[in-house]
Amino acid sequence: MPKPPTPKKKAAVRLKFDTKWTYNPAPESRDAAQIRPQYDLFIGGTWQRPSSRKYFDTINPATEEKISEVAQAGQADVNRAVAAARQAYEKTWRKMPGPERAKYLFRIARMVQEKARELAIIESLDGGKPIRESRDFDIPTAANHFFYYAGWADKLAYAFPNRKVYPLGVAGQIIPWNFPLLMAAWKIAPALATGNTVVLKPAETTPLTALKLAEIIQEADLPPGVVNLITGAGDTGAALVRHGGIDKIAFTGSTEVGKIIQQAVAGTPKKVTLELGGKAANIVFEDAPIDQAVEGVINGIFFNQGHVCCAGSRLYVQESIARTFLRKLRDRMESLILGDPLDKNTDIGAINSKKQLDTIRQYLAIGEREGADMYQVSCPIPARGFWCPPTLFTQVAQSSRIAQEEIFGPVLAVLTFRTDDEVIEKANNTPYGLSAGVWTDKGSKVFNMTRRIKAGVVWANTFNKFDPSSPFGGYKESGYGREGGLHGLLPYINLDR
Amino acid sequence: MEKSLKKSSQPVRGNGVEKRAGNRRLEVLKTYKLYIGGQFPRTESGRYYTPTGPNGRKLANVCQASRKDFRDAVVAARNALGGWSSRPAFNRGQILYRMAEMLEGRKAQFMEELQAQGLPRLRAERDVSASVDRLIYYAGWCDKFQQLFSTVNPVASSHFSFSVPEPTGVVAIIAPQQDALLGLVSVLAPVLAGANTCVVLAAESLPLCAVTLAEVLHSSDLPGGVVNILTGKAAELTGWFAGHMDVNATLYCENDSSVQRMIREKATSNLKRTVFYADDDWRLPDAQSPYRILDFQEIKTTWHPIENIAGSGASY
Amino acid sequence: MLQQFNLSGKNQLTSGGHPAAGFYGKSFNFDQAEILPMRFPLSNNRLPDFRLSPHIDQTGVEERAARFTKRSIKKESKLNSLKLVLSMIDLTTLEGKDTEGKVRQLCYKAQHLHDAFPGLPAVAAVCVYPTMVNTAKRALQGSGVRVASVATAFPSGQAPREVKIRDTKYAVSQGADEIDMVISRGKFHEGEYAFVFDEIAAIKEACGPARLKVILETGELGTLDKVRRASDLAMHAGADFIKTSTGKIQPAATLPVTLVMLEAIRDYYYDTGRMVGMKPAGGISKSKLALHYLVMVKEVLGDDWLNPEWFRFGASSLANDVLMQLVKEKTGQYQSANYFSVD
Repeated sequence: MPKPPTPKKKAAVRLKFDTKWTYNPAPESRDAAQIRPQYDLFIGGTWQRPSSRKYFDTINPATEEKISEVAQAGQADVNRAVAAARQAYEKTWRKMPGPERAKYLFRIARMVQEKARELAIIESLDGGKPIRESRDFDIPTAANHFFYYAGWADKLAYAFPNRKVYPLGVAGQIIPWNFPLLMAAWKIAPALATGNTVVLKPAETTPLTALKLAEIIQEADLPPGVVNLITGAGDTGAALVRHGGIDKIAFTGSTEVGKIIQQAVAGTPKKVTLELGGKAANIVFEDAPIDQAVEGVINGIFFNQGHVCCAGSRLYVQESIARTFLRKLRDRMESLILGDPLDKNTDIGAINSKKQLDTIRQYLAIGEREGADMYQVSCPIPARGFWCPPTLFTQVAQSSRIAQEEIFGPVLAVLTFRTDDEVIEKANNTPYGLSAGVWTDKGSKVFNMTRRIKAGVVWANTFNKFDPSSPFGGYKESGYGREGGLHGLLPYINLDR
Repeated sequence: MEKSLKKSSQPVRGNGVEKRAGNRRLEVLKTYKLYIGGQFPRTESGRYYTPTGPNGRKLANVCQASRKDFRDAVVAARNALGGWSSRPAFNRGQILYRMAEMLEGRKAQFMEELQAQGLPRLRAERDVSASVDRLIYYAGWCDKFQQLFSTVNPVASSHFSFSVPEPTGVVAIIAPQQDALLGLVSVLAPVLAGANTCVVLAAESLPLCAVTLAEVLHSSDLPGGVVNILTGKAAELTGWFAGHMDVNATLYCENDSSVQRMIREKATSNLKRTVFYADDDWRLPDAQSPYRILDFQEIKTTWHPIENIAGSGASY
Repeated sequence: MLQQFNLSGKNQLTSGGHPAAGFYGKSFNFDQAEILPMRFPLSNNRLPDFRLSPHIDQTGVEERAARFTKRSIKKESKLNSLKLVLSMIDLTTLEGKDTEGKVRQLCYKAQHLHDAFPGLPAVAAVCVYPTMVNTAKRALQGSGVRVASVATAFPSGQAPREVKIRDTKYAVSQGADEIDMVISRGKFHEGEYAFVFDEIAAIKEACGPARLKVILETGELGTLDKVRRASDLAMHAGADFIKTSTGKIQPAATLPVTLVMLEAIRDYYYDTGRMVGMKPAGGISKSKLALHYLVMVKEVLGDDWLNPEWFRFGASSLANDVLMQLVKEKTGQYQSANYFSVD
């Protein structure tokens, strides 16, 4: 029976989320996905064994079980792939009329949609992300990206007034493991729309959806060699970057590797675009729509286990609402469900790899050493696989390493501020400049803040929103070049009279 | 005048007026100093060099700027960035136009300097005129290129998303080495029109106009520190221009691949943007373009939710 | 399982009198303020400034609300939650043509939802007009099912306060356990928050031992900001429950509106330590949607609200859809409406 309305003791005023009503497991069926036991390299429209004859395992980070094995491409394979791309560029793709290129891209987009469920399952199996995210975000957005750039292929003359648009040639593209298929779409779609051909290397821990995309490309009858896919680790990527037959390097990944790439191409005419790390400030003012801000902060840092380059990993909350806001954050965190990525109710999946988990744990230790207060959700952790519960650090200083360095995990550093000028200075006090968030109900403050923040994407009263029509990319050490939208065409073209 | 210059065996100072012995009045010579933060200091190093004209005549004793001068110039440029970039674009256009007016007014002086540095008179006049016109061209762009390069993004969710260009920040410019005035103005103007601030290393062997241009800028309502002009040795300073951690972009205008490589390598330290205008002919019409402004812009995308139906869900 | 709720026995909640009196009177507990700094500065007449209610971003609310619908409720958890839904229903008939016969039939249904399926709970309450309270009370005697009555010139609320008070007292005297009042939306839009506040407090007093549900009629409020403001106002004035709608205005209950109200309840609970119940009403006729509401309650307010004491559905056709789902879960066959009694 309910208590009489006398105010409860302080300790009693607490919400209980260890509920007796739990959701039963609702796993997506693994059988709906066809995965071959072994994948070769996709070069010149055919599947080719690697010259080394070596293959490496790709595992399910939630169970540590092997899913499949993929070819390890070496220098000879890179040579073959670049040669195939060059031939396709010279012989077919650069000459193909825009409307025809467009139709190929439309066709690929449709096939991605048709196979969306299968792709979503594989994405979650291979990378550890919750099926809700791969199903509702990764795969549909990837398909939309192909649709968006398909339409540009025959309309380039309208994009850049008073200029003619020329393709660059062969693009070498290296993508990360956090959004494997989506990043492949971000790279391939604008490159093909503008008349370039592609050699793509997916990340070594998450190659499977890109390989499925290669199957789709084959099924779509794209001319052989227009898209080539080579799998491997950093060595393979390095061979691609250094290859003399490449005209353009597009890389998404860490700032550290981005710098190595820029060094490597310094003496060449290769064009480069880099989409690198970030340490986004998510700024909550006292007049913010507070519950939506809580949700935005949660999605900002826990989306995809925090494996997001634009993750809102630094929370700046105005001191007058800090305690309330933290309480709301913790309550919200308690309702996050960690577990099997294939379960439709999972909010927090597996950390992508052992290596990344080790990195995250190092930062957790650093945070505690730095004297910050750590709060972790009390959810059960599966015995096998790589897991990190949603984590909050309070009592963090601007000079703390956990507030300065990219952790790339579900770890939020909470800092407080008093004035607008103070927070803008702190938000910009970073070598990065990829994204930021601002939460206030005052329109003039929104525009003041979004203008002064040095970042390529600024979300006001929302966070982690993406759209094929919306340019994305960084300031400063978060890289250069934009992906998405009209501006996303620029990295793949030369403009001339 | 031109004739007498050629015949003279006397040393000539950069203003192109020769010293004469005899009853004529002794001319007051111009001192060529640096332009940093709206001031005209000498180099902190105390060094100078003496570029020569076409016949080996000494042009002037010019400051040989050091890396510390460059460091100070970057500080000035950084400090000026906030104010310059937050000015109304219209106002930046007015200032660029004012620069053109002042340049026009000192046409004779620039011509003399260009001639002293070896240009025929007609060519010198054409270059000064073209420089004035170029400034006016970019003055007009100041409040227009944003509309050309902005987008409203038709996103699929209930959000308003738009992308606008913003200045890259502090730009370190190694000015065209073969083109004393028009090249300098041609690379400076789009950087300024795009609301950046900059540090410019003038053409090493043709520095006179650069210093005089600083005087033009100084009297054109351009806030101090927006443009900082150094004279000195490119070989000595280019590496600093590319490596400085508080410089956001480096512009280099020669076709020297080893220098380009060095710039790209050093730029890696903070991933500064590198732009190369190799061997551009600044006299051609397409040497001016809004795309040159875009070279020093970052695209910022902003999102905000749209409350598109009443809170209760009614369909209005 | 969630059968720990107890529907019998008298509700003790209101026995202490007007709860707002304790909060705004001399006994304000500053220990509570330490948990959450006062969001509402008290003005001279000690009424909170409801214009300072937290602002709501509609798009964000809709995104969050949509997220609850992504939860997949299967097997045991589905079975349990469907039964829980049944036990939370305020079975409602609010028509001009209501008769004693109709009300008696509804009361029977309230206790015997589907006797072919043993072990089903009764609904929480039957909700009728004041004139039908007596009939319902007699029909539900001893069943544990409560009688709720709309009052205060339902549904428009356009009547003098004295009339509303008499309406309320009449319903209570006829045996109503719960009163569903409507707020004066016109006065609310005029910014006459003191008027609306006083009216709710007066009705609360007139309720005596009966629990008071305050209908905001969110479909007439226009923005989620005003939904939040009205929720805060109603709770501070003494509401035991806040309720979305009369069912006479479209739109009625929606997930976003209910989310905003649940968040208001949560903040109020942290402010004062007093629990307030929630009742979405109107427009919830499918069991799947009802489960989405339960998920929302569970993830916003937690365990303590997941029972009929603190959460209700105002619905008439929801019960049969839930029954069809329950039988489908048991038999594995999809069901036909003809096998479930309409009244």
